[in-house]
Amino acid sequence: MDMDNPEEMDELINEFLIESYENLDRLDQELVELEKDPSNAVSMASVFRTIHTIKGTAGFFGFTRLGAVTHVGEHLLSRLRDGELHLTAEIASALLALVDAVRQMLSVIESTHKEDAAEYTDLIDLLSRLSAKHAANIAPPPAQELATQAPLTSAPAVQVEAAKPIPATPAVTPALATGLAGKSAVSSMTSAAAPVGQADTGKSSVAAENNIRVGVGVLDKLMNLVGELVLARNQVLQFTMHEDAAFAATSHRLNLVTAELQESVMKTRMQPIGSIWSKFPRVIRDLATQCGKQVELLMEGNETELDRTIIEAIKDPLTHLIRNSVDHGIELPELRKAAGKSPCGRIRMRAYHEGGQVNIEISDDGGGIPVERVKQKAIEKGVLTAEQGARMSEREAFHLIFLPGFSTAEKLTNVSGRGVGMDVVKTNIERIGGSVDVYSRFGQSTDIRIKIPLTLAIVPGLIVTCGGDRYVIPQASLLELVRLEHDKVGERVEQIHGATVYRLRGNLLPIVYLERILELTSRQRSACEALNVVVLQAGEQSFGLVVDEVNDTEEIVVKALAKQLKGVGVFAGATIRGDGKVALILDVPGVAQRAEVFSSTRIQSIAPTATREAATAQAQELLLFACGEQGRMALPLNAVARLEEIPRAQVERLGSQEVMQYRGQIVPLVFLSKLLFKEAAPVSTAAALQVVVCSHAERLVGLVVDNIFDIVHEAVVVRREGGRVGVTGSVVIQGRVTELLDIEAAVRLAQIEAPWAKAVA
Amino acid sequence: MTQTRQYCTFRLDRYLFGVEVEQVQEVLRYMDMTCVPLASQAVKGLINLRGQIVPALDLRRMFQLEARAEDQRPMNVVLLTADGVVSLLVDEIGEVMEVQEADFEPKPETLRGVARDLVAGVFKLPGQLLLVLDTARAVDVNAVAEIGSGTQLKGVAK
Repeated sequence: MDMDNPEEMDELINEFLIESYENLDRLDQELVELEKDPSNAVSMASVFRTIHTIKGTAGFFGFTRLGAVTHVGEHLLSRLRDGELHLTAEIASALLALVDAVRQMLSVIESTHKEDAAEYTDLIDLLSRLSAKHAANIAPPPAQELATQAPLTSAPAVQVEAAKPIPATPAVTPALATGLAGKSAVSSMTSAAAPVGQADTGKSSVAAENNIRVGVGVLDKLMNLVGELVLARNQVLQFTMHEDAAFAATSHRLNLVTAELQESVMKTRMQPIGSIWSKFPRVIRDLATQCGKQVELLMEGNETELDRTIIEAIKDPLTHLIRNSVDHGIELPELRKAAGKSPCGRIRMRAYHEGGQVNIEISDDGGGIPVERVKQKAIEKGVLTAEQGARMSEREAFHLIFLPGFSTAEKLTNVSGRGVGMDVVKTNIERIGGSVDVYSRFGQSTDIRIKIPLTLAIVPGLIVTCGGDRYVIPQASLLELVRLEHDKVGERVEQIHGATVYRLRGNLLPIVYLERILELTSRQRSACEALNVVVLQAGEQSFGLVVDEVNDTEEIVVKALAKQLKGVGVFAGATIRGDGKVALILDVPGVAQRAEVFSSTRIQSIAPTATREAATAQAQELLLFACGEQGRMALPLNAVARLEEIPRAQVERLGSQEVMQYRGQIVPLVFLSKLLFKEAAPVSTAAALQVVVCSHAERLVGLVVDNIFDIVHEAVVVRREGGRVGVTGSVVIQGRVTELLDIEAAVRLAQIEAPWAKAVA
Repeated sequence: MTQTRQYCTFRLDRYLFGVEVEQVQEVLRYMDMTCVPLASQAVKGLINLRGQIVPALDLRRMFQLEARAEDQRPMNVVLLTADGVVSLLVDEIGEVMEVQEADFEPKPETLRGVARDLVAGVFKLPGQLLLVLDTARAVDVNAVAEIGSGTQLKGVAK
């Protein structure tokens, strides 16, 4: 090679950098593994080899400082390897610091092509002090000697692992292998046959032959071109209807090849999630040490593959989440012992494919999220009223931690405050079309579940029409399509005061009209016109989107929106359809948010930052019903699981308790008028009972009411505290005094004893 | 001998506007577009420019001029900006003019409102004025929307 040719030198340095970065990433993981199991000779050999390679190459390029730092590190490693020293936490920390220093030096070399001016004397001192311990009289061997010693340790490793050759084995040079006796020499020869003269690269030549490095830019360009091809294909397919058979056959072939090409190109961009997870053992180890905690990390599904753009996008959110888990989830060892847990906390990360999406779960067995404190904090911050807080379900309360600037951490550490940045995590994940949910059992565990799409570039979409224009709904959010014929509309869609719901198999599904969301000049819908309802999933909730027409499904190429349209919020992008027209892609969470479908999003909108009127701030959906002769009562819709009408004959008795069978469960019935007004149970004026099935404390209860009036979306002001048991207070709704039912108190009052069916979530 | 510069000109209502030739990717006749609900007033729609999705900004709306007659179809002046390709919808495409730098004057102090923000300066041509569009400001619709109402283009009209 021509050392005087600067271009060639640059290329060599670049190669050295790429390889070293890869090795260093692996090193982090190996060192953490070694700390757990210091006798792991394979890891030790690999760590040693990496440092040794960097040292050798640094000498070649004349990077003396890098050489000096790696030399002391190598010496320390050789002492460890030879069993003269034992790997302590202190040494592991020093070695990790060495990795960081090397990385830092390499990044300086990368940007300037010159060496860092920093001497890293502290680190060198620390490393030499550590290696001098116990055996101060042994001088560090000169570098030459080390070079030949390097592969020695690999030999025993080969013996152990000869059955399945591992990447570490090729480091054995044949010269050394032959120097070893009998069997071990044979086994190392067989597994190390290829890499003659490659010992220092740490790379198998087999791998090199089957793999080539491709710049990310090339892959991105390929993906764009395939996107164009898919569009052109869609256009061509539109002509096939009328043309001759030969043309039809050709376009069919084009269709198949395009689909296959698309898939293959997509595959080239896939990376295992392990490529970002590999950093986490190190992060957790450092953090745990810093916090004085013991944490064990389990990772499942490292090989789960994702598009590289998505990998990039989830890196920071995931790092943030695991830092949170260590800092706030896992308790200190004494606390854990006191709580009867193992002193060593456990964080489990799991990734798996499911239904065209990737699920990532991060669970810890730490202290969980204190729901009451979260609510308290939200009330203090004015995000929530005390009343809303009391009524809020556990799951809704967990979602409070995603609000901006929300933290319940009692002391802020320099690591993280639980909740600080959780809003960023949520935003980042939602930006790539994913969703994040949190479950927690106080004192026991916290689970964070993330769902993200496999790729962002080409997705299947459902084409719908609204106001004469076509829109695309990504199929990942699509649950089902429902067409309501005009005679069903009046019966099953209840549409009062702007809050519309539809009873879908007994579930109350909020209904949103796309034309209203998009503020299109909507034609007047007659009350009993047939409806096309697209049932969509946003996060963990579902809602029905009413569109004018449901057209077709199509593979669409997602194109980013121009900067001028970024603020709109309900569009995820745009695409070009087969006919050459541009269609907008709906952002389902954005639509849900705009429609204020869910109480959690409603809460978000009243955060102090948002400028909204106080009146709408407290608006909530209430179910209005009759109770007794005059009684007009309301209860929050979010507590209602289903509305049912059952024949009186279906009421059964279980001891003194009236019950009904409901979806294979026994659900206790509470006759509200009897309970609250001491009236006799309504005499059989109607053959059917109106039952409001509520979920209370994870159990179902059926509240028998006399009539169901309405569902209203209204700002309510509680006039006074309840004058009697079972009532929270009274409010004025639609100009009439209405009592707010306190479900919890009512259930308590009813003294239900019978075995109680667990609610199906 | 003064420097000359080339401007791509177009008409909007009674006014003659110009954009430096280097910034213009192409000029096109009317193209079908897809409207974007909820977007800023200035965004008339999205057009498919050979597979690229390009926002079309209506200059009439931006200058708060009367809307075009129904039968009058706007033409596209497609700009290549730092934020990607953007099309400006104008009434009529003019010729490419060569103008003397000596004839340039900064925008008059009397210019107010939207026009003050969107006009970079004026070339005094024989018999008419050529208004130089500040393209960087024009394509930043969110900033334009913030500027108060009340067009003051009259100040420079002849």
